[in-house]
Amino acid sequence: MRARVLVRPKEGILDPQGQAVERALPALGFSGVSNVHVGRLIELEVEDPEQLPAMCERLLSNPLIEDWEIEEPGR
Amino acid sequence: MSSIASSPKHRQLGLTDFEYDRILERLGREPLEVELAMLSLMWSEHCAYKHSRRLLRRLPTQGKHVLMGPGENAGAVDVGGGLAVAFKVESHNHPSAVEPFQGAATGVGGILRDVFAVGARPIAVLDSLRFGDPDTSERSRYLLERAVAGIGHYGNSIGVPTVGGEIYFEPSYEQNCLINAMCLGLAPHERLIRSAAAGPGNVVVLLGALTGRDGIGGASVLASAELGEGDEAKRPSVQIGDPFSEKKLMECCLELLDRELLVSLQDLGAAGLTSSASEMASKGAVGLDIDVAHVPLREPGMEPFEIMISESQERMLCVVEPARVDEVLAVCERWETNPTVVGEVTASDRLRVLQDGDVVADVPVSVLVDDCPLYDLEPRAPAAPLDAVPHIGDERPKNPDETLLNLLRSANMCSRRPVWEQYDPIVGSRTVRRPDEADAAILALPDGSAIAVSIDGNGRRVACDPRAGAAEAVFECAANLAAVGASPLGLTNCLNFGNPEKPAVAWQLVEAVEGIAQACEALEVPVVGGNVSLYNESPDGAIFPTPVIGMVGKLPDAARAGRLGFAQEGDEIAIVGSFAPARAGSELAKLEGEPPVGPLPFKEVQAVRDAHGAVRDGIRAGALHSAHDIAEGGLAVALAECCIAGGIGAKVATDVDLFGEDLGSAFVVSGPRLEGLEVIGRVGGGQLEIEGRLALAVSALREARAGGLAASLG
Amino acid sequence: MKFGIVQFPGSCDDVDALGAASRVGEATLLWHAERDLKGVDAVIVPGGFSYGDYLRAGAIARFAPVMEEVAEFARAGGPVLGICNGFQVLCEAGLLPGALLPNTSLRFVFRQVELEVVDPDTPFTCACARGERLSIPVKHTTGRYYAPGPVQVVLRYARGHNPNGSQDDIAGVRNEAGNVFGLMPHPEHAVDRLTGSTDGLKIFESIREHVEHRVFA
Repeated sequence: MRARVLVRPKEGILDPQGQAVERALPALGFSGVSNVHVGRLIELEVEDPEQLPAMCERLLSNPLIEDWEIEEPGR
Repeated sequence: MSSIASSPKHRQLGLTDFEYDRILERLGREPLEVELAMLSLMWSEHCAYKHSRRLLRRLPTQGKHVLMGPGENAGAVDVGGGLAVAFKVESHNHPSAVEPFQGAATGVGGILRDVFAVGARPIAVLDSLRFGDPDTSERSRYLLERAVAGIGHYGNSIGVPTVGGEIYFEPSYEQNCLINAMCLGLAPHERLIRSAAAGPGNVVVLLGALTGRDGIGGASVLASAELGEGDEAKRPSVQIGDPFSEKKLMECCLELLDRELLVSLQDLGAAGLTSSASEMASKGAVGLDIDVAHVPLREPGMEPFEIMISESQERMLCVVEPARVDEVLAVCERWETNPTVVGEVTASDRLRVLQDGDVVADVPVSVLVDDCPLYDLEPRAPAAPLDAVPHIGDERPKNPDETLLNLLRSANMCSRRPVWEQYDPIVGSRTVRRPDEADAAILALPDGSAIAVSIDGNGRRVACDPRAGAAEAVFECAANLAAVGASPLGLTNCLNFGNPEKPAVAWQLVEAVEGIAQACEALEVPVVGGNVSLYNESPDGAIFPTPVIGMVGKLPDAARAGRLGFAQEGDEIAIVGSFAPARAGSELAKLEGEPPVGPLPFKEVQAVRDAHGAVRDGIRAGALHSAHDIAEGGLAVALAECCIAGGIGAKVATDVDLFGEDLGSAFVVSGPRLEGLEVIGRVGGGQLEIEGRLALAVSALREARAGGLAASLG
Repeated sequence: MKFGIVQFPGSCDDVDALGAASRVGEATLLWHAERDLKGVDAVIVPGGFSYGDYLRAGAIARFAPVMEEVAEFARAGGPVLGICNGFQVLCEAGLLPGALLPNTSLRFVFRQVELEVVDPDTPFTCACARGERLSIPVKHTTGRYYAPGPVQVVLRYARGHNPNGSQDDIAGVRNEAGNVFGLMPHPEHAVDRLTGSTDGLKIFESIREHVEHRVFA
């Protein structure tokens, strides 16, 4: 099964990458953009999707500073 | 005879009809698809040097310290104590204009591989960069920012310090940025290895990254043609670098060499497997069979020609005796470098490519490596000075104070700290002088001596006067070494020019090579290797002719290495050397809107040698506390830089032209007692005062110099 | 005494740490794939780009076989020093609190900085005085220290010297037991007058002092 894991910085942690993108967009003519955060996408083929949460907790994210989310299959 | 059906294809691949006819004649038949792809790359300007090879024979290559001259992956010189330093400079101009981060990164990756391919551990990287005007060109700011990030990314990650470099901004480079990367490496003499394959029956092993479609056609499509419309379409051809992969590859190769497990070693660069295999076979006067079915692939379904010309990075080819293959595989497994037996050395004189045993290409090695036509340049001095660039700037500042501040603020003179703070200059624990501390970078050797290295070249001045300007670059590089107490051992050069098929550019190239040759002969410094990058042109015209010189030298005592900043209150200050400053090609002339028109100051060779020797000896003896060559910006800028670096002022009296330039001839030195020199003043106080002419607080000088690039880097 | 310096694929300052430690005691490299600490008295996890900083800096290295031994060694009270990438590895491994985030500037920064010794009562700073200033270089992209809970700070960047936006100017922290210490600056690059300051030597000398005299119980 093909899975997609999204990892993003936890709320409240300074995200300078997100801020940099937020600053750059208006300069290119895009307005009305706010609350930008930059994270990571991990795509993988898994035989047992039940293992995904444990993978996220142990390796794919650092739970101290990141939140993770498994995209529902079929989305 | 070329048929109508096949000629458009060879032309698409960059071969002329004349060249295609020669292929038909040498092969005695039409080339197969794989063969045509291989030939189109091996016969490209980038690989074959067809417009420059004859000319480069003018350069002197002999010297008593030379261990390996031009023709190997890198040149090497003896530095004493049983050690050798291997070094080379290479360009990655065209890929960087398309994708500057990866272009610059893979430029660094490529030159690192050239150095460890000869068995030397890379210990330093320097880079020489050229961009358009950052004040007016967003694109140039973007290229600068991304290229610096790419160089930092690769060099820092692989753990080789970036110890020096230079950056120039000129409208001339707006459409054609230049990214030249130099690397030097250290090896015990016994570990130096050549690339000649040998021993029919020996095994050919491929190590490193998987092979994908990176850079397919890169060599002929990008590097041999002028940039025009639609270069976005070339983006799939961009090579992506992985410094982690190269770190493992480097450690693996050095261990294989330490254990004497290899017959020969070659890196895969432009034209990938094709050029490595061809060159290894050619140097060894043997043949090679490569079976592409064994090459580990990153992309499914790659065709044989793609596998043979892929420029996927971080790969090496080696030749191993059959009895030692298991040991080689074991070392490679430990370093996770994915070793694969891909072929064998044969007693024929042919390169054969097989796919699972079926022959898909079978070409004499000489056709790939030697039979490319070499073209004579048809130089013709231009009737009027070449000046395709708009004049910029027309400021007429009223007094020397303002002129000096404007020069220090200008893009070419301002502090490069925002750039070098993105590099790691100290990993390896050999770095004795950090950026901005001295005129050359200095790396300590185990026995207490040190290597000095500098990279220099000023395209504007070469545009004024190609022969004198190119010679001047060599003298300036040597002056930078002298200022730290080093004697030159050898030189590498990158010739960055426009389209050599145009007579005026050919003239620039011929004159520049002559200038370099004469300067090398005058200083007795041999050329041990180098690189040529041609066709740096756009519809707007060619770049300034830009020969870049990288020079390596040695000093006996690392602890006595020179510094450029004034050191001590009360020290005497003097100018050493026969200084003949002139306005032509100077930074001030540029600021005041003048085009680059010569002539440059005449250099009396013995006077230059004497000046370099005097400074070098003074530094070694500890008689000089500081030495700084007078370069761009002239005397006033040199004095300002000494004050800024030392954090202390100076008071001098002199009639010498403050802003005229004469590179490589003279130095500002300071010391407690300068015997036999004409003292012009003393170190001390908080301002730079040139009596009756100029007075500025050191803090004002520092502030003017500090700003510039930070704004451009965003 | 003997120092062990862990070597991962991609470690760069391992050889520098080896050289610095060798000025103070014996030193040996510890290969990542081997569960063997060779009887060393102190472990150093060095700087560099282990595993290319893939996924997150230190995220993969922390699972290396040698790290199981290092964790055991730390549990038993052995001194463990993490420098730069090593600090990142120890945080990912849970041997130190907190995490290292990208520098606020989003750029790699090389700079000589001044540090203040906040806690001289550790095996790594016992040769220093409280409030002493150490001049040591930093070189990193991901050095912004973050910890939501309480931390034992050992070193701070002096005022105006914070190069990466670390909370409370924190440059180095220890674990509760006091035997594991991580810092972003590189003391191994401040041990030789020829190449810079020698203030970093005090960190290594402290470790030797601790091991030889067991100053810190």
